[in-house]
Amino acid sequence: MNELNLTGAVMVVGGGISGMQSALDLAEAGYKVYLLEQKPAIGGTMAMLDKTFPTNDCAMCTMSPKLVDVGRHLNVEIITNAEVLGVEGTPGNFKARVLKKARYVDEEKCIACGQCADECPVKVPSEFDGGLGKRKAIYKMYAQATPNAYAIDKNKCLKFKNPKACGKCLKVCEAGAISHDMEDEELELHVGSVILSPGFEPIDPTPYGEYGWGVYPNVITSVQFERMLAASGPYQGHVVRPSDHVEPKKIAFIQCVGSRDVHRGKNYCSAVCCMYATKEAIIAKEHVDNLEATIFYMDVRAYGKDFEKYYDRARQQHGVRYNRSMISSVKELQQSNNLLIRYLNQDGQYQEEEFDMLVLSVGLKPSTSANDLAEAVGVELDNDGFCKCEEFNPGATTKPGVYAGGAFVAPKDIPETVGDASCAAAQAGKVLSDARGSLAQVKEYPSEKDIVNEEPRIGAFICNCGINIGSVVKVPEVVEYVKNIPGVVHSEEFLFTCSQDNVERIKERIKEHNLNRVVVASCTPRTHAPLFMSSIREAGLNPYLYEQANIREHASWVHQDNPKAATEKAKDLVRMSVEKVKLAKPVHTSSFEINRKALVIGGGLSGMTSSLNLAGQGFSVYLLEKEPELGGNALHIKRTIDGSDPQRLIEDLRKQINDNPLVEVLTEAEISDVSGYLGNYKTTIKTSNETKVLEHGVVIAASGAEEAKPTEYYYGENNNVVTQRELEERLASGSLDDVKNVVMIQCVGSRQEGRPYCSRICCTHAIKNALTIKNRNPEANVFVLYRDIRTYGMKEKYYREARENGVIFIRYELEDKPEVSFKDNKLEVKVNDPVLERQLVLDTDLLVLSTGIVPRKDTEKLSRMYKLPLTADGFYNEAHMKLRPVDFAADGLYLCGLAHSPKLINESLSQANAAAIRAVTLLSKDRLESLGIVATVNEKWCKGCGLCVNICPYDARVIDENKDVAVVREVLCQGCGACVAACPSSASQQNGFEKKQILTMIDSAIS
Amino acid sequence: MSVPEEKLDANFEPKIVGLMCNWCSYTGADLAGTSRVQYPPNVRIVRVMCTGSVDPMYLVRPLLEGADAVLVGG
Repeated sequence: MNELNLTGAVMVVGGGISGMQSALDLAEAGYKVYLLEQKPAIGGTMAMLDKTFPTNDCAMCTMSPKLVDVGRHLNVEIITNAEVLGVEGTPGNFKARVLKKARYVDEEKCIACGQCADECPVKVPSEFDGGLGKRKAIYKMYAQATPNAYAIDKNKCLKFKNPKACGKCLKVCEAGAISHDMEDEELELHVGSVILSPGFEPIDPTPYGEYGWGVYPNVITSVQFERMLAASGPYQGHVVRPSDHVEPKKIAFIQCVGSRDVHRGKNYCSAVCCMYATKEAIIAKEHVDNLEATIFYMDVRAYGKDFEKYYDRARQQHGVRYNRSMISSVKELQQSNNLLIRYLNQDGQYQEEEFDMLVLSVGLKPSTSANDLAEAVGVELDNDGFCKCEEFNPGATTKPGVYAGGAFVAPKDIPETVGDASCAAAQAGKVLSDARGSLAQVKEYPSEKDIVNEEPRIGAFICNCGINIGSVVKVPEVVEYVKNIPGVVHSEEFLFTCSQDNVERIKERIKEHNLNRVVVASCTPRTHAPLFMSSIREAGLNPYLYEQANIREHASWVHQDNPKAATEKAKDLVRMSVEKVKLAKPVHTSSFEINRKALVIGGGLSGMTSSLNLAGQGFSVYLLEKEPELGGNALHIKRTIDGSDPQRLIEDLRKQINDNPLVEVLTEAEISDVSGYLGNYKTTIKTSNETKVLEHGVVIAASGAEEAKPTEYYYGENNNVVTQRELEERLASGSLDDVKNVVMIQCVGSRQEGRPYCSRICCTHAIKNALTIKNRNPEANVFVLYRDIRTYGMKEKYYREARENGVIFIRYELEDKPEVSFKDNKLEVKVNDPVLERQLVLDTDLLVLSTGIVPRKDTEKLSRMYKLPLTADGFYNEAHMKLRPVDFAADGLYLCGLAHSPKLINESLSQANAAAIRAVTLLSKDRLESLGIVATVNEKWCKGCGLCVNICPYDARVIDENKDVAVVREVLCQGCGACVAACPSSASQQNGFEKKQILTMIDSAIS
Repeated sequence: MSVPEEKLDANFEPKIVGLMCNWCSYTGADLAGTSRVQYPPNVRIVRVMCTGSVDPMYLVRPLLEGADAVLVGG
């Protein structure tokens, strides 16, 4: 036990992508995690999505590896159907009371065959499919659900209404997993910290009667449309109208349904709808040839990283039409069920247009459980029902020791959710660092048998999977067939190979028959190979002496009408696996010590925050800053729009850093050389008075960005033309109190050729300064010339406040930019007002340019030194846009803050904490272990040509200069095998996928 | 180029070797199973960890030895 008697466990409430990320970070960092989910499966909203913007990645494909990781993690305990009843205690020592409602299906026994649901006579609308499809009273939420088990909906099940009725599911469940007698349980969990991530819900469009949702069949919500687009959804990915199942030719999207609406809906902007509608329009057009897609909107808020490009592509490549307008009514035409949309166009004229289908872009609201949860845990919510968090302490709720992640805090998209989830984990980890590892389990195994000189003695176990395989593939025939393959000394069938008793039986057979290799023919190795590999390891066999033939997903389930062919295919697949496993060799992973010190590059708010979090979690940090003092860009920001003072934050962080012996600050420092790799970097730095070599294990790149300097509108020539940042400084010095006419121009240099991205924060920055001017001098005229106002999320209220306070917003088009002239010592701005349809000439005392943010010049240098990939716009490129926002693809390298992309201070702070916990997942390990399936090099054959070095995406290949051969840095190798294919002399191989093995499988497949 | 005669046989059943990436198309084949998508039983899938690891030999050899097609999914 640690000195403070802290509990090294965390309860994470809510199993969406946010809760999953928090859970994985903490479990990897050495804590025990209880992951609570209200529904029968984790996955949350992301599991419902078809694709994600701006990459159009399949949501489930990117998410399912995380589902598997969470499901299999030794230190994550998933508790489904769970509700928090109360949390008592103090930070570090909470006692949580949890109600675990009965599932009526034993998760351990259920093999998710689905027989029960086939038999169940009760059909109800599926919540997961937004009511577009049906599910049964016994159901699995979605195909990849974790836990992979069915559950009974008590309110719908007939047997609960009348015990004598039905019970069909009981009869067909061969696993004996169903029991209607299960009872709710109350659990008591001892945890050191709590993370709340109950997520959000889509806003119910029913009150918006004018759109006809729930009345007109062809009006659906964006969530329903998402399910319609999904190949695994109720329409199998076919875009058709619910009324007649005919493909639509014209489809409309209406934005801001329930958002940006003070009177009937939510006053905030839901932050994601513009982009998801853009995505849905693009994907719909891919599904239906010549589909016309129109998005009715107020402002297109494409403010995130690479969003603007996506919006450009939607318009230019895909021909999505964006119509800036106000909807007046939607009427259904009786004959066709088409929808007639009447709207006020941007010229102030009413127009009508007919569409086949209408999608409502519904906003996000706090989940209905948020109130009860907040009350049970004792945290406060804000006026909108989201969790109250301090601006400069992201993730911290009003209750010490309790943190919040994801859309519980505010509406946000996936990368921010994931980042915030990691931030919450970092905050929790900081409190509990003394208890790290105290409750985490580590698996122990017996010593391994040496089989290298033995002839193959293979055991093949063929699974019936209840009747999933056995009803199509003739399993006994396969067993007999396999017995006759040379090398196989034992073969038998199991009803469920993965059941605990049969796993034990495999281990017995290994001893009984002295097996030295094992093949299981069952379901996909992607989910089950880890279980069987670990089991044979428990029996003393190296886990890589194992192969799995997938005769369920790849045979019985896809050839249901052709048992003969399915059986032949199953035989082939098992034979191929047997031939492959014959050539299998034991694989021993290597592990190595790492330097536990981190290098944080950049001493702005992000770098300081990352450093302090790392130090708080017990790790030493070098904090590098090229300027003489810490603070970065924030030194120029006097106040945030929410009213916090960045200067005080800087002071506070500086003091904490000063007082913390684990943080070594190096100012006026430049990096001159970098060598080494993950776990063992050597970075040479030059400061004003010395050259020093820093040894460290990981790097957090928090190197920031800078305000763009404009090249137009008399900037630099006229003293009264300033940037927003310069305006903020002038306002702070009080020198502007008598200024009468202020004109602000947005998007100067942004969202156009040369700098195509949106800098995200300029609209908020401009409105902040406009409000300050108006507050000080209500008589002053402030004009904001804009293209779209992008006050996303909770910032929307300031946009409204600005309009109420008399700030005048005038829209302009890229093709028709404002013109500025300077004559007779007078600044004059001309702009064409699209509403008034006339040119306005504005006398201007002060012209303020919102110029956006550009990457620093040294970003490129750092990128070369540490091999950090950059985006086309010159910001760092993270490993995955959605799910790995603060990781680089190569392990041990992380990023945060403005160097990632333009963002507000609190967003940078969140990422900074997130990057710290991501680093801790590595630094907290005793030793780093490589994967088993890494590449190997036969030094005799290697010519040292270096093709493998060039091709390796993970920097895992280098040339040993002394021997002139290529070597594999095993700990960096991710096992893709690209170097093996590239090697011209066949000197490279991949463990578990040696060329000979693959060729043997191929030969066997066609023999 | 003339089409070999046996390929015109109505009963012709091609032998196809599928080289599938663990992370995408192999997963896709799994999803086909979970979704009970029915397709002809002619393909034998070999799982690789990345199609980047597919050696040209994996394509040429099956074709020389009697496979009618090789499907690389990645």
